[in-house]
Amino acid sequence: MRAVLRSSWPPLLVLATVVAGWQLYVTAAGVDPTTLPSPARVVTQGWANRRDLWDQTLPTLEETLLGFALSFAAAWLVAVVLDFSAAARRGLYPLLVASQTVPVVAVAPLLIIWFGFGLLPKMLVVTLTTFFPLAANLAAGFAATDREAMRLLRSLGAGRWRAFRLVRVPSAMPYFFAGLRVSITYAVVGAVFAEYAGAEAGLGIYMQAQKSAFRTDLVFAAVAVTAGLSIALFGATYLLERLVLPWRQALREERR
Amino acid sequence: MSALRIEGVSKSFGSLDVLRDLDLAVAEGEFAAVIGPSGSGKSTLFNLVSGLDRPTRGRVLVEGEPAGVASGKVAYMPQKDLLFPWRTVLDNTALGLEAQGVRRKEARARAGALFADFGLDGFQKSYPAQLSGGMRQRAALLRTVVLERPVLLLDEPFGALDSLTRTEMQLWLADMWQRHRWTVVLVTHDIREAVLLADTVHVLSPRPATVVERIGTGLPRGERDFTAPGFAAAERRVLDALRGPTAVTAG
Repeated sequence: MRAVLRSSWPPLLVLATVVAGWQLYVTAAGVDPTTLPSPARVVTQGWANRRDLWDQTLPTLEETLLGFALSFAAAWLVAVVLDFSAAARRGLYPLLVASQTVPVVAVAPLLIIWFGFGLLPKMLVVTLTTFFPLAANLAAGFAATDREAMRLLRSLGAGRWRAFRLVRVPSAMPYFFAGLRVSITYAVVGAVFAEYAGAEAGLGIYMQAQKSAFRTDLVFAAVAVTAGLSIALFGATYLLERLVLPWRQALREERR
Repeated sequence: MSALRIEGVSKSFGSLDVLRDLDLAVAEGEFAAVIGPSGSGKSTLFNLVSGLDRPTRGRVLVEGEPAGVASGKVAYMPQKDLLFPWRTVLDNTALGLEAQGVRRKEARARAGALFADFGLDGFQKSYPAQLSGGMRQRAALLRTVVLERPVLLLDEPFGALDSLTRTEMQLWLADMWQRHRWTVVLVTHDIREAVLLADTVHVLSPRPATVVERIGTGLPRGERDFTAPGFAAAERRVLDALRGPTAVTAG
């Protein structure tokens, strides 16, 4: 906890400076709040509309979590297949890389056409934006397993699955968490973006509506909630890592 | 019957002959050392005995059966300790048993029973990174020994340690062997280590390797030490055999 506080005050200081400068500029220059609202106004208006904001946050959170769960399952499946089959590595991996060049901006409206305005197309957008870093890191982690360790297990008579479970999965974990952190920061943005393309509820559609009503302050408030969600999920990966990899914690304490 | 018998073994990789017509036998309860110049095919020999690889010609028999990974007769301790950072020391020492399919609980119990004997008591729940180099090697040896396989194959087990720790570990292993009388094949390039620990030192020629000399160290069992009478003479004989006839005339 101490370490968290120690590492979070410098960015907070920078953030506070920026917000203060923004507040000063808006007040001194008398900027129209529909163009750029002051931070104070964003906070007070956001607070006044907290019920609305909360109601819009829940669907976004649901899409994010479900889409990410799907992405998580698909990433494990694909990474395991890539690890076990050289043919899959040759045939599939280049296509996975190529798939990253397809702009989600173009795909999201198509998904709405195919699957309607419900939950599924949003989940799929989240999955599309988060799948690759997860799967690629996991596959790289499996592949980075110490070859000597694999020989040792083979000499002990361990079959492929057992060696995979005993050595390859645990040694891939640090890679996996690196990928998890990259992809989870995309997840909320992916959901918001999917809502932009068409939705009945959610922070994305809320931002769009408030923009049309010239409530720039509420757009900013929704952006702040989105950022807060991403940061919370990002932080949760560290908690998960402590649970799954207690040895890394022991190492860190040792080094102190 | 010999615990390990290598009969006329040759091994080539493409046009490269690594071993040629190599014969070697190790009796049950014997400590044998294999020493050779670097690049002489020690690791190739190792892979053949552990069953990870097959000879091009000849036979490798462990207790009369051809060596193979599936036969489960050779326990191999690699040069690197290969303790896994994510497993506690106890879980690491139980890994070999788990890899064989022993249930985790039983594997832990069997490995745990040896901790005191290996001087690791109290470190069951530590992680490998928290151990000294010597302790890590002891844990790696425990992981090998607990398998109770007929032949122990040690690949330069102390090569990565500093010289003081290495000496301590060599004396410790000599003592452990006195008490347990495992059948051991030690591959090393350290002459003192070979003479201290082994009953017989098999000296390999440069590539393509074959055994050029077998030297019975003839040192008394019991309190083996670097200062034992005859130690320096045995070292000298191994060194001369390693240098070969050409080197002797040149030197």
